[in-house]
Amino acid sequence: MTATPTQEASRPIPSQEAGSAVDIVRVRKDFGAAVGVADVSLTIGKGEFVTLLGPSGCGKSTLLGMIAGFVTPTAGKIVVDGADITDLEPYRRDIGMVFQSYALFPHMNVYDNIAFGLKMRKLPAAQIEAEVRRAIGMMKLDGFENRRVRQLSGGQQQRVALARAIVIRPKVLLLDEPLSALDKNLRAQMQVELSELHRKTGLTTIFVTHDQGEALSLSDRIVVMNKGSVQQVAAPVELYRRPANGFVASFIGEINALPPGRCEVNGGTASLVLPGIGPLAFPVAPATGFAPGRQVRAFLRLEHVRPVLGGEAGPNVVTGTVEAHIYQGSHTITRVVVEGIGLIETRVTGADIVAAAPVGASLALAVDLSEAVLLDAAE
Amino acid sequence: MRSFAFWSLVVALLTYMTLPTIVVLMTSVNPTEILAFPPQGISFDWYAKAVTYPDFQVAFRNGLIVTACASTLALIVGSAFAWLIHHYEFRGRGLLEGVLWSPLIIPHFTLGFGFLLLGGAFRMQQGYVMIVLAHMVLVMPFVTRAVHVSLANIDPALARAAANLGASPFQVLTRITLPLVVPGMAGGWLIAAVLSLTEFTASLYVTGSRTQTLPVAMYNYIREYADPTVSAVSALLIIATTLIMLVADRTIGLRRVLAIDTH
Repeated sequence: MTATPTQEASRPIPSQEAGSAVDIVRVRKDFGAAVGVADVSLTIGKGEFVTLLGPSGCGKSTLLGMIAGFVTPTAGKIVVDGADITDLEPYRRDIGMVFQSYALFPHMNVYDNIAFGLKMRKLPAAQIEAEVRRAIGMMKLDGFENRRVRQLSGGQQQRVALARAIVIRPKVLLLDEPLSALDKNLRAQMQVELSELHRKTGLTTIFVTHDQGEALSLSDRIVVMNKGSVQQVAAPVELYRRPANGFVASFIGEINALPPGRCEVNGGTASLVLPGIGPLAFPVAPATGFAPGRQVRAFLRLEHVRPVLGGEAGPNVVTGTVEAHIYQGSHTITRVVVEGIGLIETRVTGADIVAAAPVGASLALAVDLSEAVLLDAAE
Repeated sequence: MRSFAFWSLVVALLTYMTLPTIVVLMTSVNPTEILAFPPQGISFDWYAKAVTYPDFQVAFRNGLIVTACASTLALIVGSAFAWLIHHYEFRGRGLLEGVLWSPLIIPHFTLGFGFLLLGGAFRMQQGYVMIVLAHMVLVMPFVTRAVHVSLANIDPALARAAANLGASPFQVLTRITLPLVVPGMAGGWLIAAVLSLTEFTASLYVTGSRTQTLPVAMYNYIREYADPTVSAVSALLIIATTLIMLVADRTIGLRRVLAIDTH
């Protein structure tokens, strides 16, 4: 059976009753005067797949390093399976990790790489053999046992690194940008394999990435970080539909930011009044966060702005000038400059829009506010 | 046309580089008692004389003793310094590196002369201890360099990965770091050995008639006799060192150790 990452992502969080696997309690890391991680608290359920997502330098790798024990927190504590491991040496932690560079031992073959952790645990030889065979089978590495790691492709090295990390049956599996070194096709393939591996092993997994696509497709929950702080913790769909702030809104997927406006109710119709544009009506029910009189910034996904090629005018139609088309194969992103609003992007299937609304022509856009994200204007 | 000029220059340079060696090798098979070039025939009599001549036998044995001791000492001390330089940031690290490199810049006769004077001061002239110390200093930059390069080529994530899998710091050292550095140490030792075995200038100052090494014995020989025996000894030395280097490259990857080819 082949589970697509998307199906995996919509799986409910299996953890609630089972208790937490990892508790990060007000953990902080200062690098001199600079803040690496600022008072982060986070609870991760047993069996959960949680992604730390953010731009480089946001503190996600530092946080992962503290869980693995390679970075000592300035303050706070880290609890795994109920035990405080904040000051425990890395080699006593029972936490599996896949490194960005894989960090396979170049002087050992595939088998010995995978067996290393079990040998360190001084398990009986027969048991080591059995466990390694199982991991080799699970990661589809049969026949590669005696290969040197330098002779392997990127994808194979990745699977050895995963086998080596899961064979010790860790309490938590840490993945530090493990897909970043792979090319695009292999990356998609490994995403599916990671998902399957997680389903088969049920391992609590913490995945670090700067790629929102990977995060959305793999995770039960995503922790968005910026400048050392957690911006939002939510399931992928929730994160996409209800970003908590402007940073999350623009970091996850593409989004249009409208200028500040005011929520108003006129004659029973809820609307957003933008200076210089006038009221844009909410259809049926206003979006979450609507309160009459509130000053808001509305964020609007590209799929909620639709080009109106017939030139019809309507209550929620704004008109602007086409600035550029970005053709992407299955769809085209069209950038339109609307007076009073600024740049608005819309996404339509195919490439017809390129001819229908050439650069420089005027284009009407129907704005659907039902899925708009309303955030405080002051932010 | 430019290509022809270019390749002519390359061939000329390569010829220039190898010509002296070729001349020596060719004179070693000359049947008569003169160092004739080109040779007037083919004879291996001088090889027989080279290996049976008592002075050369003693000198070769002396050389082996000095080389073994000097290279091994240089390996131990050089590895320790390489470890220090690689792992720690400290004041004076640059100065230390400079001192470790200095034998490459300081003329061998200066070092030899210095050790001769030191030997006099400590009443150890022409003794093995002084010779070994002089050779150790001369070859240490190469050992330090080889070990340092090996250490630098180890991905720091490997030690973390091993720790993550349950290896204590001591196990990381014995299971990961050492196995990855041993080829570098072996390569460094080998280069040191070859350099020490063939070192002449400094050896001339610090050896005596009893303790002279092979190059010094060859020099003393050629001052009195002008027959092809020294050519034969040279040929044997060249063949031996070439074989050792080839075997070393095959077994421990000498090129990688010397960072000529990083992967």
